[in-house]
Amino acid sequence: MADIMTTPPAPEPAAAKPSPPGRYARFRDSDLLASFLSSKLTMVSAFISVAMILGALLATWIAPTNPFDPASVDLMNSLYPPRWVEGGDTRFLLGTDNQGRDLWSAILYGMRVSLIIGIVGVIIAATLGIGLGLLAGYLGGRVDALIMRVADIQLTFPAILIALVIDGVVRSVFQGLGREQTAFSVLVISIGLSFWVQYARTIRGSTMVEKNKDYVHAARLMGVPAWLIMIRHVLPNVIGPVLVILTINLALAIITEATLSFLGVGLPPTQPSLGTLIRIGNDFLFSGEWWIVAFPGLTLAIFVLAVNLLGDWLRDALNPKLR
Amino acid sequence: MLRKVLFAAAAAVALSAASVAVAPASAATLRYANQGDLKSLDPYTLNETTTNAHLGNVYEGLTSRGKDLAIGPGLAERWETPEPTRWRFYLRKGVKFANGEDFTADDVLFSADRVRAAGSNFTTRVPKDAKFVKVDDYTVDVVLSSPNPILNYQWDTWYIMSKKWAEANNAVAPTPASATSPSYASLNANGTGPFRIESHQPGVKTVFKPNPNWRGPTEHNLTEVIFTPINSDATRVAALLSGEVDIIEPVPIQDIQRINSANNVQVLTGPELRTIFLGFDQTRDELLESSVKGKNPFKDAKVREAFYKAIDVEAIKSRVMRGLSTPSALMIAPELFALSKDFTRPKADPEGAKKLLAEAGYPNGFEVGMDCPTDRYVNDGPICQAAVGMLARIGVKVNLNAQPKAQYFAKILKPNGYKTSFYLLGWTPGTLDSHNVLYDIMGCRDDANVARGETNLGGYCNKKLDALTDQILVETDTAKRNQLIKQAFQIGFDDYSYIPLHQQALAWGVAKNVKLVQRADNQVLLYWIKKD
Repeated sequence: MADIMTTPPAPEPAAAKPSPPGRYARFRDSDLLASFLSSKLTMVSAFISVAMILGALLATWIAPTNPFDPASVDLMNSLYPPRWVEGGDTRFLLGTDNQGRDLWSAILYGMRVSLIIGIVGVIIAATLGIGLGLLAGYLGGRVDALIMRVADIQLTFPAILIALVIDGVVRSVFQGLGREQTAFSVLVISIGLSFWVQYARTIRGSTMVEKNKDYVHAARLMGVPAWLIMIRHVLPNVIGPVLVILTINLALAIITEATLSFLGVGLPPTQPSLGTLIRIGNDFLFSGEWWIVAFPGLTLAIFVLAVNLLGDWLRDALNPKLR
Repeated sequence: MLRKVLFAAAAAVALSAASVAVAPASAATLRYANQGDLKSLDPYTLNETTTNAHLGNVYEGLTSRGKDLAIGPGLAERWETPEPTRWRFYLRKGVKFANGEDFTADDVLFSADRVRAAGSNFTTRVPKDAKFVKVDDYTVDVVLSSPNPILNYQWDTWYIMSKKWAEANNAVAPTPASATSPSYASLNANGTGPFRIESHQPGVKTVFKPNPNWRGPTEHNLTEVIFTPINSDATRVAALLSGEVDIIEPVPIQDIQRINSANNVQVLTGPELRTIFLGFDQTRDELLESSVKGKNPFKDAKVREAFYKAIDVEAIKSRVMRGLSTPSALMIAPELFALSKDFTRPKADPEGAKKLLAEAGYPNGFEVGMDCPTDRYVNDGPICQAAVGMLARIGVKVNLNAQPKAQYFAKILKPNGYKTSFYLLGWTPGTLDSHNVLYDIMGCRDDANVARGETNLGGYCNKKLDALTDQILVETDTAKRNQLIKQAFQIGFDDYSYIPLHQQALAWGVAKNVKLVQRADNQVLLYWIKKD
C-alpha cells in the first residue's frame, strides 16, 4: 500500500479532484465505517456472512460428524426428519439424507466446499481478468482489440456451458480419474474462465484513463519498463472497483458451483457441496422428505443474499457520486 | 332456408372432419420417458434391456417373446432340428424392411456375421463356430459343432438387419459401445418391426412412427411415440403427474405413493428378473485403480469374501430400496431357477470382514476405484454410495466413479478392454435360464475364440464351473440339469466370484388412459400399447 502514497507524486493535477491522495485512504476508511454503521441491513448481512463463513471454516470442530468420511455414515440412519419433527432423532438436528448423513454436518462441510471453490474460482477469474485488462488498456491497439473480442465471444457463453465443456474434456482426457479427483479443479477452472471478462473490462476502462496521466508519463520518461508501470503504478490506482466486483462475484461463483453440482457436473454425492445436497434432496421433493432440499437450499439462499447485500453496500459506499 | 341448411351442413361436416383429423392424432401420440438415454440405434452396440426394448419396436429377431415371455415365431415362421447339430429356420415370406427392401435369407446370414464381429456386444447370441447355410431364399440352416438345445432362446433380441442397407451405408461393422463418433447405423435404423425411427437425437428425443411396411397384425393404436430421457427422478415424476408424458420407467421408489394418490396416473409394480450385483477385476496382475501396487487384492478369495461380508443387503433393502427388493444369494432370480431356495445369503459381518482383510494382508484396508451407473438401475447411484460407506467401515476406501450409463458402459465393456476394478451391474439372462448367467457372467473369458464370458467384466474364472456349464447346455433331463446348475452356482458362491445384491422391483408410472403389457423382463414395448 506504500505505493499508493508514493507513486502519484503529482499533487497539481490531482488537485482538480476533491480529495488529496495522501489522506485519501484514511478518509475513505472512516467514511466506510460510518456508512456501515448507519445501515442496519448491511450490519445484519455482514454478521450473517461472517457467521456462516466461520461456521464453514470451523466445520471440523463444530459439526458432530464428518460427512465426507463414509465410515462415519450409517445407512440405517437415513431419512430421519429434523429433531423437532415427529420421528426425528436427537442426534440429528436437521435430520439426515438418503445415505444417513447428518444434514447439519453436511451443510457445514458443504458450505466450506462451496466457499473454497467460490473463492479460488473468483481469485483465478480476478487474476486473469486484471492481467488481461491491464494489458488491453495499457498497450491498446491490436492487443486490446484481440483481448476485447475474445472477451466479447466469451460473454456469449454462459458459465454453465463453459463448465460443461471443460468437464467433458477433462473426463475424456483423464478417463481413469473419478469425479472425486477432478471435480474440484474442473469447477474452479470453469468459474475462473467464466468470470474474468467483467474484471478485464473494468480494469481496461480505468487503465485507459490512468495511462494518460502525468505520473505514468513521468515513469515512462524515466525508462521504467511497461510491465513495471502496469503493476506498480497503474494497478494500485484502478483496483478499487475490482473489490466490489469481487464481493458480488463471490456470490455468483457460489451459485454457479451449486448449479453445476445440481446438474451433476459438480461435486460427487460422496463429497457434497450445497448444490450436491440440493440435487440429492430434489429427488425426494415428491415423497415428503422436504428437509434434505430445504435446509441446504435455505443456507445457500441466505448466504448469497447476505454477500450480495454487502457487495451492494460496498459499491454504493465506494461510489463518490452517491455520497 | 336452403342456404341456411346448406351452411349448417357444411359447418357440421367441417367440424366433424376437423374433430376426426385432430382427435386420433393427439390421442394416439404417446410420450414415454426413461431415466436413461438411447444412445446408439445400432442393435449390436449395447446388450442392455432398455436399449433392446427400444430397438425391439423397430427391429425383429428370428424368434420373438410373447406377453408371457414365451418364445414364439418372429421373422422365422417355424423351425426344426433335423439333427441335434443342425437347426432349420423357415423364414416368413413377404416381409419388408422399413425402407421397402425385401427380407431374405441373405439378411440373416449377414446379421449372423455382423453380430459376431469385433465391436459387437452380442457375440454370445450366436455360437462363434456356428455355420449359417442358405438353403433357399427363405430357408436357413444353422450347423453347430456341438448340440445346443437353447440356441434360439435369446434370438428375440438378436435383431436382423438389412444386408443391402448396411452395405450401402457403410455400416457393415458393428458400432462398439466405446465408439467416440457415431456410425450411420447408430443414428439410423431400418428394421422389419412395427415401428420405424422418424428422428433420433441422442440425449434429447427419439420419435417413433408406425412402419408403413409392417406386415401386421397391429395391436397398438399409436400414430407417434416420442421418447425422452429424463434423468432426474423428481423431474420425471413431475412430468408424469402433469400429463407431459404418459409413461415413465422407472418410478423412483420414494414416489410410488405420491403417484398412486394422483387420480390420473398409477404405478404398475411387479417382481423383476434382474439381479443387481457387484463384481471384481480378478484377472489383472495389478488393479487399474487401486493403492495396492504389484498385486491384485481381488485375486485373493479372502478379500472378496471380506467385501461380501461387509455389504449389508438388508440395510440396502430397507433404507435405499424401501423394501422393494429381494436380497439374493444367487446371480439369478428365484423365478428362473427352481433350486434357488437351497442357497441362503450369509449375514453381513463387518467384524469378520475386517479380520479376513487382515488375514489377507490388508489390516489397514486399501483404496480401490468403483464404477457405477447413475441412470440404469433402480437407485443405482445410492446403492453404490451405500456400498462405499459399508466398505469404509472395514477400512477400504472406495473412490466412486458414478456416471451416466452411456459413459459407464463405454468404459467397462469389452471394446474398451474391461477397464474397471470394481463395479455394479445388473443382469437379466436373455434366455431366462441359468445357463446364460453361467456362460456370459461367470464363464472364463481366457479363450479368445469362444464368446464365453463376454459380460464377465472382472474375468472370474473356474474351469470346473465351465465344465458344468457345458454339461448344462446339453442336459435335457430337468431334474438332473437343475442339480448341475446348483453345483455350478455353488462353485461361484464358494469362490465369492461376485456379490449378488438383490432383485429389484419393476415400477412403471403409467397414465390411466394407457393400456400396456408389463413383462417381467422390464421391456417397455410400444406395440402392445393402447391409448384412449
